[in-house]
Amino acid sequence: MQKVTCDTLVAKACELLENGTVDRVLGWKNGEFVYDVTPALFTTVDDIKSEFVFNDFCGANFSKYLIEETRKTESKVLVFLKPCDTYSFNQLLTEHRFDREKVYAVGIPCEGMADITKVKAAAGDGITAIKAEGENLVISTLYDDDKAVACADVLAERCVVCKSKKHVAYDELLGEDGDVIDSNRFDEVEKLEAMTEDERFAFWQNELSRCIRCNACRDVCPACTCEKCVFDNPESSVVNKAISDSFEEKMFHIIRAFHVAGRCTDCGECSRVCPQNIPLHLLNRKFIKDINSFYGEYQAGAEAGSRAPLVDYTTEDIEPTDAVLKGASDNA
Amino acid sequence: MQINGEFQPKIVAFCCNWCSYAGADLAGNNRLAYPENVKIIKVPCSCRVNPMFILRAFQRGADGVILCGCHPGDCHYTSGNYYTRRRMALLFSMLNYLGIEKERTRVEWVSAAEGAKFAQTMNEFTEAVAALGENKRLEDLRCKK
Repeated sequence: MQKVTCDTLVAKACELLENGTVDRVLGWKNGEFVYDVTPALFTTVDDIKSEFVFNDFCGANFSKYLIEETRKTESKVLVFLKPCDTYSFNQLLTEHRFDREKVYAVGIPCEGMADITKVKAAAGDGITAIKAEGENLVISTLYDDDKAVACADVLAERCVVCKSKKHVAYDELLGEDGDVIDSNRFDEVEKLEAMTEDERFAFWQNELSRCIRCNACRDVCPACTCEKCVFDNPESSVVNKAISDSFEEKMFHIIRAFHVAGRCTDCGECSRVCPQNIPLHLLNRKFIKDINSFYGEYQAGAEAGSRAPLVDYTTEDIEPTDAVLKGASDNA
Repeated sequence: MQINGEFQPKIVAFCCNWCSYAGADLAGNNRLAYPENVKIIKVPCSCRVNPMFILRAFQRGADGVILCGCHPGDCHYTSGNYYTRRRMALLFSMLNYLGIEKERTRVEWVSAAEGAKFAQTMNEFTEAVAALGENKRLEDLRCKK
């Protein structure tokens, strides 16, 4: 259950649109099903009033949309940012990917978004309606009576280990700002590190072999913003999917994660959009954890203009051989 | 690769133009032996080595990849090898996280005066990789003959 209601957002969007501050609004509207809320661009008050939604399935991070949106016209675009989105927002500003002057950012508090896989596991298939009532989601299905599940039980993994409820960038804030949370988001990574090499290999082989190379993780990632992507090159040897456990997935996922290392804000969008439910955030988090332990604590996007660890160095950096030992606790 | 029933690893060594490649030259001039399993690829600077190069080498059948550059502080381009050090620290740690044996990857700083160190490093590295056997975890079957 979100603290800020859809009506509040609609009222705010209409107000800013009517007084001419912005001429379009990035928001959410219902998709094919009630739970696949999809990002949308609104330009009229009527559209906003009839189609705008905000509920527990509005996970999409709008930061990346700003790159294209701010290029279109000289006027401002309104964007709603959850706390984790503001980190990506800052990171993109750091990399000069869009013009801050053309954006009106409204920070909205977030109580964590629901994971539809968990909802389906709890309530079954054929979901026709989902209503938020207090701390519960009431789910109507085709085959069964309405069922109430606690929001906390169906929280997306990235929200269970939420790193911050604090907005690090905004023009205006709806509701109250939260704090940075000392979460245990590296627990899963540590669990993997504690395994042997063989177990880790088996784990990742199992996960990555499900990859269908749809590129959704790349397309959604607010840190992946190159106009020309290495993976679009037909010679990259990662464009095709030859056999179930081939080299490509490993290559693709290592390089994908490496290309955002030090810039990944851990927003978790990659895992959210993965149609195969591969825990891709575990790769990104490994890099974040390593960067923290090798080069000092660093949170990408916490501060606009900060220098990413991989474009920086000190003369006393850890040697790669020692780094591998330090990075794997089973060898410690 | 099996030769006379004995496993011979394929080793790819990326050597920077200014220090390590000259170090390899010196090893040759001094008649210091190092295994012929080592195939050297000359790069302008160790920093030229994109993480993709390393993965590509494994894909095309390398059993071990070693990256050699100037000692930190001695880079011909002032700071290239400092960036290499950070990148490879993260990449190698990630490879190990995915279950790739950590002995298959290595970074070594070899100056132009260290012919002996070059030969010794290559001997040690080849031996370590030979002990691990064939690279099965990062291979591409389409690239196998």
